[in-house]
Amino acid sequence: MDFLNTSVRELHQKLVNKELTVTDLVKNTLKSIESTQNDLNAYIAVNQENALKKAAELDKNGVPENEIWAGIPVAVKDNIVTIDLPTTAASKILENFTSIYDATVVERLREHQAIIIGKANLDEFAMGGSTETSYFGTVKNPWDHTKVPGGSSGGSAATVSNGDVIGALGTDTGGSIRQPASFTGVVGVKPTYGRVSRYGAIAFGSSLDQIGPLTRNVRDNADLLNIIAGLDEHDMTSSDREVPDFASKIGEDIKGMKIALPKEYLGEGIDEDVKQVVLGAAEKFKALGATVEEVSLPHSKYGVAAYYIIGSSEASSNLQRFDGIRYGYRADDVKNLEDVYVKTRSEGFGDEVKRRIMLGTYSLSAGYFDAYFKKAAQVRTLLIQDFNRIFENYDLIIGPTAPTPAFKIGAEIDDPTTMYMNDLLTIPLNLAGLPAMSVPAGMADGMPVGLQIIAKSFDEVTMYQAGAAFEDNSDMKNQHPGKGND
Amino acid sequence: MANQISKEEVQHVAELAKLEFNATDLDKFTKQFEDTIDLVNTLNEVDTEGVEPTFSVTDQVDRMREDVAVQANQKDALLKNAPDEEDGFIRVPAIIDESEEA
Repeated sequence: MDFLNTSVRELHQKLVNKELTVTDLVKNTLKSIESTQNDLNAYIAVNQENALKKAAELDKNGVPENEIWAGIPVAVKDNIVTIDLPTTAASKILENFTSIYDATVVERLREHQAIIIGKANLDEFAMGGSTETSYFGTVKNPWDHTKVPGGSSGGSAATVSNGDVIGALGTDTGGSIRQPASFTGVVGVKPTYGRVSRYGAIAFGSSLDQIGPLTRNVRDNADLLNIIAGLDEHDMTSSDREVPDFASKIGEDIKGMKIALPKEYLGEGIDEDVKQVVLGAAEKFKALGATVEEVSLPHSKYGVAAYYIIGSSEASSNLQRFDGIRYGYRADDVKNLEDVYVKTRSEGFGDEVKRRIMLGTYSLSAGYFDAYFKKAAQVRTLLIQDFNRIFENYDLIIGPTAPTPAFKIGAEIDDPTTMYMNDLLTIPLNLAGLPAMSVPAGMADGMPVGLQIIAKSFDEVTMYQAGAAFEDNSDMKNQHPGKGND
Repeated sequence: MANQISKEEVQHVAELAKLEFNATDLDKFTKQFEDTIDLVNTLNEVDTEGVEPTFSVTDQVDRMREDVAVQANQKDALLKNAPDEEDGFIRVPAIIDESEEA
């Protein structure tokens, strides 16, 4: 069975009507994951035993009509903690770690009786743009196994793109859901900061991190966000705003909608084919009755620099807890406590994590705080003001998700600054806390290209409405990766 | 704008971060650190005079909850993750350096 052309609502109806048993669905999913794991390496752990147990339970009791995710397998990025599988963050330092509690999003998936099918591979501690920094090996792009799936939620994106599962959770600190969604041709959403609880997501850049869904179509995505969003007393930054039905305006036309296209998003460094796909998307929106006008985001080009200081500073602080004492890896052959810390961290962290800890420690150290951390936080303010000005007059902003389609494995891994620039179009939204979606919009060089749709804070409903209208009028939903293409 | 970051500076930051690098890695990291600092120094082009810094974008003001333990008595589960334990305690090497050269 492949789930490339089905939606969660269709699958749910089949489960309710007993045209399909949850056990068969789970068995097929496990089989699909197993048969592609060698090629794609999308998973770090698979939940075979518990998934089948939960499936049998649901088959016995019947799938409730009002729980559309009941019995549906969902993959969870391995930097989100789960009690029934280890959580590694793709790092040697957490290789043997199993959480004693579930992340709030996992708890919510379980409350709605979704099946946690496995833990998806990622860049170590979610730091990277290609899923090549994982201690458990690189993930391959299902469209072309010689190319990266993007990162850091590369495993989540690859398994959805490949049709193993119809939904997965990722985390997005600077584009880590949207950029791999773009590279693998799936729908990825970073919700508004505060919309989804971060409790149980291993912290990287706390003021930027947000958990969000990856799916193969826009409606499934809204349906998945529906069950994970909302206030959580365990996360002081989670918002107490009312959670709407994110799918409520899907299907409504977008006539009269005002859409902005920042000229900086089509400027230097953007691949010509990617630019053409985005201009084509702009024409499509116009044909659907929206207006599209060019605007300017003058500070967007400083986003990457501000992000690396802020994200790395927060990471250097968050990653202090990995000291080899209470959990995780501990180095052997140490003389004293200081030695435990230094050897454990030096052996346990990979190069990219060390680079960011170093930059963060430098930015926060005496004499540099004002020049780096405070300066970056001021530029963040200016970037937010740019967005506020545009949203005074427009409903949405569109642009490319990533400057290029997926690149070859190994092509950028030794050049961190080039890798950092891949996120230049996604990072500003994390800095501003805005919701943004990547939806497949076209092809370039045989690889999918994502369109980014950005909305006002807490206005995911409009973003999903426009995304669905675009998707309905695009032929990308019928394009799928060929399996076993290497 | 090329920055002069010395290996000694990188070494100093590594000490603050509780990391250590061998000679080869130190060369590589120093070069990459320089490139990254060049990238982030582009921020100096921006006039931020009088601009308030943004440290958080949440719309949430502090909330209080009752100070009650919700998950108690999890010592055994917690200890399972400890790299070394004995008699219900986490074992760590001595804090006082007992080696000769200290």
